[in-house]
Amino acid sequence: MLEIRNLHASVDGNEILKGINLTINKGEVHAIMGPNGSGKSTLAKVLAGHPSYEVTGGEVLYYGKNLLDMSPDERAREGVFMAFQYPVEVPGVSNAQFLRLAYNEKQKHLGQEELDPLEFKDLLKEKAALVEMDASFMTRSVNEGFSGGEKKRNEILQMAVLDPKLSVLDETDSGLDIDALRIVAGGVNKLHDPEKAVIVVTHYQRLLNYIVPDFVHVLSAGRIVKEGGKELALELEERGYDWLKNGANKHTAAPVAS
Amino acid sequence: MVTELANEKSAYSSALRDLMKVSGEPSWLRELRGSSFDQFERVGFPGVEQEEWKYTNVALIKRTNFTPVVNSNGTALSKRNGLAPFIYDETRDSTFVFVNGIFRDDLSSCNGLSGVVALDLNDALQISEYERVIRASLERNADGDNNGFELLNTALFAGGLFVKIPRGVNLSTPIQLQFVSEPVKGESPAAAFPRVLIVGEENSAATIIESYRATAEGVYLTNAIVDIVLDEGARFQHYKVQRESAGASHIATTRADLGPKASYDTTTINFGAALSRHDIHVTMDHEGASCSVDGLYMVEGSQHTDTHSVIDHRQPHCTSRQLYKGILDGKSRAVFNGKVFVRHGAQQTDAQQTNKNLLLSSEAQIDTKPQLEIYADDVKCTHGAAVGQLEPDELFYLESRGINPALAKNMLTYGFAGEVIEKIQIESIRRELDEAVLNRLHSDLTIDV
Ligand SMILES: Nc1ncnc2c1ncn2[C@@H]1O[C@H](COP(=O)(O)OP(=O)(O)O)[C@@H](O)[C@H]1O
Ligand SMILES: [Mg+2]
Repeated sequence: MLEIRNLHASVDGNEILKGINLTINKGEVHAIMGPNGSGKSTLAKVLAGHPSYEVTGGEVLYYGKNLLDMSPDERAREGVFMAFQYPVEVPGVSNAQFLRLAYNEKQKHLGQEELDPLEFKDLLKEKAALVEMDASFMTRSVNEGFSGGEKKRNEILQMAVLDPKLSVLDETDSGLDIDALRIVAGGVNKLHDPEKAVIVVTHYQRLLNYIVPDFVHVLSAGRIVKEGGKELALELEERGYDWLKNGANKHTAAPVAS
Repeated sequence: MVTELANEKSAYSSALRDLMKVSGEPSWLRELRGSSFDQFERVGFPGVEQEEWKYTNVALIKRTNFTPVVNSNGTALSKRNGLAPFIYDETRDSTFVFVNGIFRDDLSSCNGLSGVVALDLNDALQISEYERVIRASLERNADGDNNGFELLNTALFAGGLFVKIPRGVNLSTPIQLQFVSEPVKGESPAAAFPRVLIVGEENSAATIIESYRATAEGVYLTNAIVDIVLDEGARFQHYKVQRESAGASHIATTRADLGPKASYDTTTINFGAALSRHDIHVTMDHEGASCSVDGLYMVEGSQHTDTHSVIDHRQPHCTSRQLYKGILDGKSRAVFNGKVFVRHGAQQTDAQQTNKNLLLSSEAQIDTKPQLEIYADDVKCTHGAAVGQLEPDELFYLESRGINPALAKNMLTYGFAGEVIEKIQIESIRRELDEAVLNRLHSDLTIDV
């Protein structure tokens, strides 16, 4: 589904991603972990097409097509979704208006039926139940005055409505208390199916107890320095990231003695 | 230049001569027309050298050879033909129509209004009970404070309207004043001089919708004065929706005088006209009055819009709120000048004023000047102005959900305007504005949920 090859990206002339390679097949759940500032959000935003990040090398293929050639809105309509680490407040535009518009744009693109406000209300009700979100959030402006946790929940609600093929969840766990974490993770799991893939970005193992990854990749200073299965997350929880930072051997679980 | 000036003068002065021939006008009105016109000839149209007109150049109005409309006209229009799209659902049976500034009883529908006095100004002047208040309105500032446009309106208005909501009457149906511009056959561009006086007697309540539209694109001038006089405890809402044709000039003065404990809530929408200027003046010369004076201007291309607002706290215990928002695209230009005066002794004044502007293009230009002048010491006053652009992060957020960039811009613009629009109590106006803002980039968007 997604093939990232030797991806380099910069912001304001500083190279942040220094050659990322990653292959994601449908049905898979990948976790990207790593210390603060290692480039996790940068990778997520580059995949979503954020204009501040300049791709300086490499390529990204999505179903064989050049993802980097597509505008952010095209990517979304083609099924790429990023849950923001810091969701943006959009004053004056209600959540329901926003979601219906986004939903219909995608339906239009796929040649499928658009929904009028009443029909959409039903769909929204069903999706909101998935993340146990109260109806009162639908008439409020997008994210405006939402708590950190409510914003994160709202991201997953958007994911539920847009039904993406590839979801990149950037630190969706931060700001969620343990009950909310369970609910949100449960929502993500219910949305998952063999045709879809999820990339979970986090620097805590906690979330991965609920959304269990097939693969774990550790990012440090813009490179993937270690890869493994879900047990790698537990090891990181125990040992921290420091032992990996300076050129660890990518494919062994033990530190390199040199 | 000399010949243009001569033309300009002859068109206006021959209109005055025609008006003077109309029989039945009281002699004081003839004198007032004459003296206003003399004064206009002396001062002319305002120029940019004047502080209040510094940013708004009316040279084009000066240069254009307008024909003042002083007789009933616009015969092609009928209630069903041409007018219908301008009339709001809420006012189907409570609309007063003016064509090129002249009140047209035959096109108006007022079956839905009972207990309201609505008369052609000339007819109302024949009734001594009304003459005094009308005269006060027409003679207002006659001693020299009127600008050239106001002087010209007083000299040349014809077929104005007098509305009175009697004591204690609470009108549930809004009243629409529909000003329609229609090209006058075979003449140079029309100049219309609408003149309206609305009186709200003690404890009356009403909603007035003042709307300006044109049946065809074209060049013309609207030069309007609407006076509102509210007695003790009267509660009025007033909407002014200016959607003149793209070639038009729209100059308007609104003056509201508030009695004790009267309340006046107004929202002005400025979308149309090549050049628009609105002077709104709210005087609170009695205790306990309150007003909110809001507005939204949305301009693009080479449009120019200017709002000059004065909120005058002259007595204690009065409250004012002002929120004006502006959306500017293309090479458009907007001016907001908002004065709030708190006079000596106007203790316990509570005044808030805000002007916020959204620039959608780097070539658009805003001159904003909120101005607070306080001569009392026990008051609560705030004011502020802001100019900003669309937030790239907000745009990206919407785009990342599959919304195309033009639509994303419109949605954010709509979000910006929402603060003013959502306060409007007339659903048809809210819908009209929602659509106008959302389709600003012609995205054919409806997002009502
Ligand atoms: N817009 C930006 N301008 C400047 N530096 C940035 C910007 N975005 C990210 N960076 C820098 O890039 C590095 C990686 O950031 P980020 O991808 O957010 O890390 P992570 O998500 O792994 O914590 C950090 O050093 C950060 O300071
Ligand atoms: Mg991050």
